[in-house]
Amino acid sequence: MKKVYVNEDWCLACHLCEYYCAAANSGAANMVAAFRNGKKPVSRIQVEEGDKVNFAVQCRHCDGKPCVRGCIAGALSIVDGVVCCDENKCVGCGTCVLSCPFGCVVFDEANHRIQKCDLCLKNHDGEPACVQGCPNKAIVFEER
Amino acid sequence: MLQREGETRIPAGCAISGFINRSGKRTNGSVIVNSIACMHERSNGLGGGYAGYGIYPEYKDQYALHVFYDSGEARVKAEAFLDRHFDVVNLSRIPVRKNPNITDEPLIWRYFVNPLPTKLQDSQLDERTYVAKCVIKINDKIDGAYVFSSGKNMGVFKAVGYPEDVGDFYRLEEYDGWAWTVHGRYPTNTPGWWGGAHPFSLLDYTIVHNGEISSYDANRRFIEMFGYKCNLLTDTEVITYIIDYLHRRLDMPLEDVAKVIASPFWSELESGKFSPEDTEKYRHFRNVYSSLLITGPFSIILGFNNGLMALNDRLKLRSMVAAEKGDTVYISSEECSIRTMCPDVDKIWSPRGGEPIIVTLDKGAERGNK
Amino acid sequence: MPVNYMNPLFEVVRDHDKCIKCRVCERQCANEVHKYDAELDRMVSDEMTCVDCQRCVCLCPVNALKIRPNENRFRDNANWNQQIMTEIYKQADSGGVLLSAMGTPKEYPVYWDKILLNASQVTNPPIDPLREPMETKTFLGKKSQAISYDENGKAHYEKTPYLELDVPIMFSAMSFGSISKNAHESLARAATELGTYYNTGEGGLHEDFYKYGKNTICQVASGRFGVFKGYLDAGAAIEIKMGQGAKPGIGGHLPGMKINDEISKTRMIPKGTDAISPAPHHDIYSIEDLRQLVFSLKEATNWEKPVIVKIAAVHNVAAIASGVARSGADIIAIDGFRGGTGAAPTRIRDNVGIPIELALASVDSRLRDEGIRNDVSIVVGGSIRSAADVVKAVALGADACYIATAALLSMGCHLCRSCNTGKCNWGIATQRADLVKRLNPEVASKRLVNLVTAWNHEIKEMMGGMGINSIEALRGNRLMLRGVGLNPKELEILGIQHAGE
Repeated sequence: MKKVYVNEDWCLACHLCEYYCAAANSGAANMVAAFRNGKKPVSRIQVEEGDKVNFAVQCRHCDGKPCVRGCIAGALSIVDGVVCCDENKCVGCGTCVLSCPFGCVVFDEANHRIQKCDLCLKNHDGEPACVQGCPNKAIVFEER
Repeated sequence: MLQREGETRIPAGCAISGFINRSGKRTNGSVIVNSIACMHERSNGLGGGYAGYGIYPEYKDQYALHVFYDSGEARVKAEAFLDRHFDVVNLSRIPVRKNPNITDEPLIWRYFVNPLPTKLQDSQLDERTYVAKCVIKINDKIDGAYVFSSGKNMGVFKAVGYPEDVGDFYRLEEYDGWAWTVHGRYPTNTPGWWGGAHPFSLLDYTIVHNGEISSYDANRRFIEMFGYKCNLLTDTEVITYIIDYLHRRLDMPLEDVAKVIASPFWSELESGKFSPEDTEKYRHFRNVYSSLLITGPFSIILGFNNGLMALNDRLKLRSMVAAEKGDTVYISSEECSIRTMCPDVDKIWSPRGGEPIIVTLDKGAERGNK
Repeated sequence: MPVNYMNPLFEVVRDHDKCIKCRVCERQCANEVHKYDAELDRMVSDEMTCVDCQRCVCLCPVNALKIRPNENRFRDNANWNQQIMTEIYKQADSGGVLLSAMGTPKEYPVYWDKILLNASQVTNPPIDPLREPMETKTFLGKKSQAISYDENGKAHYEKTPYLELDVPIMFSAMSFGSISKNAHESLARAATELGTYYNTGEGGLHEDFYKYGKNTICQVASGRFGVFKGYLDAGAAIEIKMGQGAKPGIGGHLPGMKINDEISKTRMIPKGTDAISPAPHHDIYSIEDLRQLVFSLKEATNWEKPVIVKIAAVHNVAAIASGVARSGADIIAIDGFRGGTGAAPTRIRDNVGIPIELALASVDSRLRDEGIRNDVSIVVGGSIRSAADVVKAVALGADACYIATAALLSMGCHLCRSCNTGKCNWGIATQRADLVKRLNPEVASKRLVNLVTAWNHEIKEMMGGMGINSIEALRGNRLMLRGVGLNPKELEILGIQHAGE
């Protein structure tokens, strides 16, 4: 299955992936609209910056799926290998945030629910927004 | 005023035809005249010419020089040059017949000559190179004199006009040869200079050519490094010099000459079509003789002291048909012209681009020269 | 500072209606032009250090940025123009030689743009490259004409060392040091994929890149940096750099601050020391000395590799090239004065040398007149900007072209001409690890391959139009060229006729 992978050798910590992700998942027509009037849509990918190494972190759709097993509301499920969140069911308990070993589940304060990467299944054809927006091909969407 | 050959480059389309008898049997010149007459439409009356091989058995050991002179003055100068460099065995005007379609004739002279032994020795050149250099010198340096044929036991006859009229003018029915080639010219602009008609020749190499090569200046600028002077700025001239360089000076067999001037495509070389040794050789040719590759449309018939070679460009952008009957091989731009010479050929085919047809006299064939 | 003589050269125009304050401009600007002002909650700019590299413009996700020339003008003066005045202020400030990077931006004639190509009509058919073979394979090296046949008809000939190019384009010399390791890797990978060659420049060959050796030309320059037997053996050819088009007559200087561990190891000089290439090779003060170096290098590499001698296009280039051709070199590379550089004194770059078109034409003619054109191949560089330039160069007589500026552009360079600052925001002309990282060789090599492939397609289209299906038949084929708006002397030097003739 094709997943999003990050190569830290090429991650520049430009944070563009976060903005492309947030805009793509905001439902707004474009990036400017997504951030208009001080809005801060949540990004499901987060760049961790280090001294020498930078790394964009997002859901790995891992085999263990601790988030799915821990979800008390049945909001998280696996669709064709992709861990998806049904936002209508999510109650914002944060169990998944705690149980994710990679820190990939993001809490959306404004809407009191979680947000997580679903490989842009719902908003883009082809490649996820973070992959398309990465200026240095540090983020790739491929079979491994 | 229109510029003549040598002052500007003149592209031309054309008709060519030729035949050779392998056993050296000589055929009357009227046959080749008839063969070109039926391709009248491929010429436009601005040039025609013939090359006959084996036509001077009585002077087979002398170089036969055919020369055009614009004036008596040019003849005096050229003959002085000839006297300094050659022993002139015989000289005469070339016999012609008046033809209403052939006008503005220059003085046309023929000389049978041997190089002066002392001069030849002093030059430190072999005999053929010596003669070639002398011919190039006359054409380059003596204004109004133009040597248009210089081989042994062969001769070129050319003029401005339709080729069948040219044949009549030169009384070709009075000559017999074991091989003949002919050219009917369709140039796009020329005032009609006799020297510009084809065949073009150097020593016993003659070329009749139909086409317009796009590699002209690449070829010209390269070959001129080796002492040739492309004075006429015509394709035929440069092709002749290329063949002279490869065949006479580098001593390359004609099969390989063809692989240089119409080299196999890289895709063919990589296809395993040739033996590894040949593949390597042809790769080498494409490397070191790359500037002698001729591209653009051409079909040529090369005459030489021992046979004929016909060759098309490697894409075959010009028509050329070949046929065989007994020990005679015919080559022409069109089948109709072959059928005129020989209505019932044994075999007729269209040679592939870049694949030469080389026909030489059988060993021991009576061809009148050594 | 009491009086500021220097104006910002550029103005950063930001559309605040669009700006989402993502701060990518701030993060990506090594010159620290952009800053987020938390109090104002908006992005602000300090334009003084902007070099117009366009990195921020290209990365801004909402196209909110524009960089344009500063509209502030000194009082108009055609003689003492803005640039001249600014340079005087700079020198009055620093007391130093003005430095510049990349090719001269001055308006000298570009002869490529005054030459037109031919096409077939009626008497001779154009050839469609989509239907017929169209060949651009090129060999570089001495073309020994001798051949003999034994009694069995087998040919015997001498094979001299050569380079085989699938496209008549190579990547010109750019040293590791002047450009980054990632830039070098991109060039090496692209050359390998394209079936052509890249050139190490004078900075040696990084140990990671020996694997690209068969597509590498190893340069030996006056500083002899990184030269040892293993280096000479690694490449497909050796280039002796006598001069560079952008700075004929002078050497080079890579400041110590750029000599990090890897460059120090590759160049074989102590870390942090300045790498200075002398103006001359101190073992070559004349042509006979060059001959000795050519033969020494051939001897050192078992006579297996062609040797290139690269010279800058200067006034008597034809005579120099003739000497080089007789020095045993297999290939002459001529670098025109519009060629690029990582750093050169501005006055030299803008005033020394001659255009490559004229140099090429006179060298090719001269070598043919002397009958020695076969002894060497000619490669030209120094601002080859498009496939049309390549076709014109080949028709004038070049065997192949060197490209460098075009290659850098394809990797992202925007010709801000600030290579000498070492702060290349595109990760090309820099050694700062965080900046080098910005050039992912996977991306950059692909873009290089795309560029050359595209050019090769265009070359084939133009050749086909002329009825030529093999690049050999284009080489030196000056009848395919006509000049427009050139004077008789220029036409004579170029060896071409005027349009309409």
